[in-house]
Amino acid sequence: MSVLAVAEHRRGELRDVSHELATVGAELADATGSDLHLAVVSGDVDAFGENLVREGVDAVHTVDYGEEFNHDVSVQAVEQLADELDPDYLLVPHSVNGLDYAPAVAERLDLPLVTDAVGLEADGNLVVTREMYGSKVETTIEVEADRAAVTVRPAEWPTAPKGGDATVESFDVSIDESAVRSTVTGFEEVAGGDVDISEADVLVSVGRGIEEEDNLDIIWDLAEALDATVSASRPVVDNGWLPKNRQVGQSGKVVTPDVYLAIGISGAVQHVAGMKGADTIIAVNKDPNAPIFDIADYGIVDDLFEVVPALTEEFGG
Amino acid sequence: MKVLVTVTDVAVVDDEFEIDGLGVDERYLTYELNEWDDYAVEEAVQLAEAGEDVEVVTVTVGPERSEEAIRKALAKGADRAVRVWDDAIADRDLLDAETKAALLAAVAREEDPDLILSGVQSGDDSFAATGVTLAAKLGHEWAAVVNDLELGEGTASVHRELEGGVEELTDVELPAVLTIQTGINEPRYASLRGIRQAQNKPLEAKSLDDLGLEEASLDSPLVWTATYEPESEGEATIFEGGPDEASGELAGVLRDRGVGQ
Repeated sequence: MSVLAVAEHRRGELRDVSHELATVGAELADATGSDLHLAVVSGDVDAFGENLVREGVDAVHTVDYGEEFNHDVSVQAVEQLADELDPDYLLVPHSVNGLDYAPAVAERLDLPLVTDAVGLEADGNLVVTREMYGSKVETTIEVEADRAAVTVRPAEWPTAPKGGDATVESFDVSIDESAVRSTVTGFEEVAGGDVDISEADVLVSVGRGIEEEDNLDIIWDLAEALDATVSASRPVVDNGWLPKNRQVGQSGKVVTPDVYLAIGISGAVQHVAGMKGADTIIAVNKDPNAPIFDIADYGIVDDLFEVVPALTEEFGG
Repeated sequence: MKVLVTVTDVAVVDDEFEIDGLGVDERYLTYELNEWDDYAVEEAVQLAEAGEDVEVVTVTVGPERSEEAIRKALAKGADRAVRVWDDAIADRDLLDAETKAALLAAVAREEDPDLILSGVQSGDDSFAATGVTLAAKLGHEWAAVVNDLELGEGTASVHRELEGGVEELTDVELPAVLTIQTGINEPRYASLRGIRQAQNKPLEAKSLDDLGLEEASLDSPLVWTATYEPESEGEATIFEGGPDEASGELAGVLRDRGVGQ
């Protein structure tokens, strides 16, 4: 039996989730008595291949074809790797690029697909734990089949340490160019501008709970009283109330301030990915079950429209 | 030109709720148009407004309840709607991405659109895989997590929102399925006139039979086995006593850390 996990890279760097997949893959391989194969498609495959020699990995397969991720290439390469290696389980990151090819691979290989796994058990059938309703509940999904594709949530498993004695082999693919009907033409940094929230010591961060653009005044007042910088979660930026360079989270910036004050932010996983490294996390939210309280050090469960002005007043604002 | 938009209604859970079997007790659920689909509908309607002779059709897999969300999409400017449902679908605990995509693909084959827009994910089960699976079933191109779209001759130029404030610029051949990310546009509110007009727009219900599908097309090896509230990992100190008292205590915490001095 075997497990195949596909690494992810961008602009010359392997992304952390690749090393996390090595950990998940090794656990799954242990539980099922399988070999763990890692694969990396495109980019600096020699350096990537060496980097992916991690504890628990049996073999690394490198596919030297192009520089950056292209879903049409990845679909064909992973399909051919699967034909060769015959894996029982295919693991792909639950990332923007993972979601851009894993469903197509699963469809072409006729594999059942479970996405956004936060837990895997393989004592008998594969059982995947995943969340619903913005992390309010957890569910388990059992795969009543011998094979499956799973996308794995980033930052849920530790990275696998370097080491072990995995072989690194170049894998020859035959890419049908006529089936490559998409072209990556470039990249754009979108979070630039005058403010760098990742440099701030104190962030007052505002979320969907603020309800309306006009209500942002109380956030600016508090930030001024605390001599803090204003940041935001995704919905506030989506609405155009604050610019993209103020967005904290997976698609925005990762911040590590001394104090992070989350106001009206529920704490969706994509947001938490960007701020869990803060020294002290304080949450103000009227929903006692909001996931933000799971990672907060201090909290107030109350109406932000009363708490924020009161707090501002404490600091003479 | 025809644009097909996949639309679903999603369950939103109250702050306090109870679990009943595999789901959240219906008493604690309200249904609304999926946020990502709202942006997808807006994008399609803007294409229709900018172009000539662009028809926007929505397709939904959902029970009669979902007609409220569908009417909302029609009120915002979609021209007509197709809703797929069947007693056999209602009997299933779980419709995985593959099953949903199979149902949507049957409608897409009938409609033969030039472009399909789908939300990145639904706000309730968040599989985030239906759109790309649909593309694979139809043999179309695709792009996942799109936050900017420009149509050219036979191609769509898109931005894909990657992690960390980086966007990937990609051209994909049409026909294509694009999964639409929030923030790509500003979804409009339905006008009163739009809401009135929506009542008279065609909304066609289709069964498995109508689509030429067998009940076996709903079979999936994925079995939903349990639902539970996660153990809170939280160790937060919660300040109580009302906004003033709690703010006073929180101010102490902030001062201890040198904030606002």
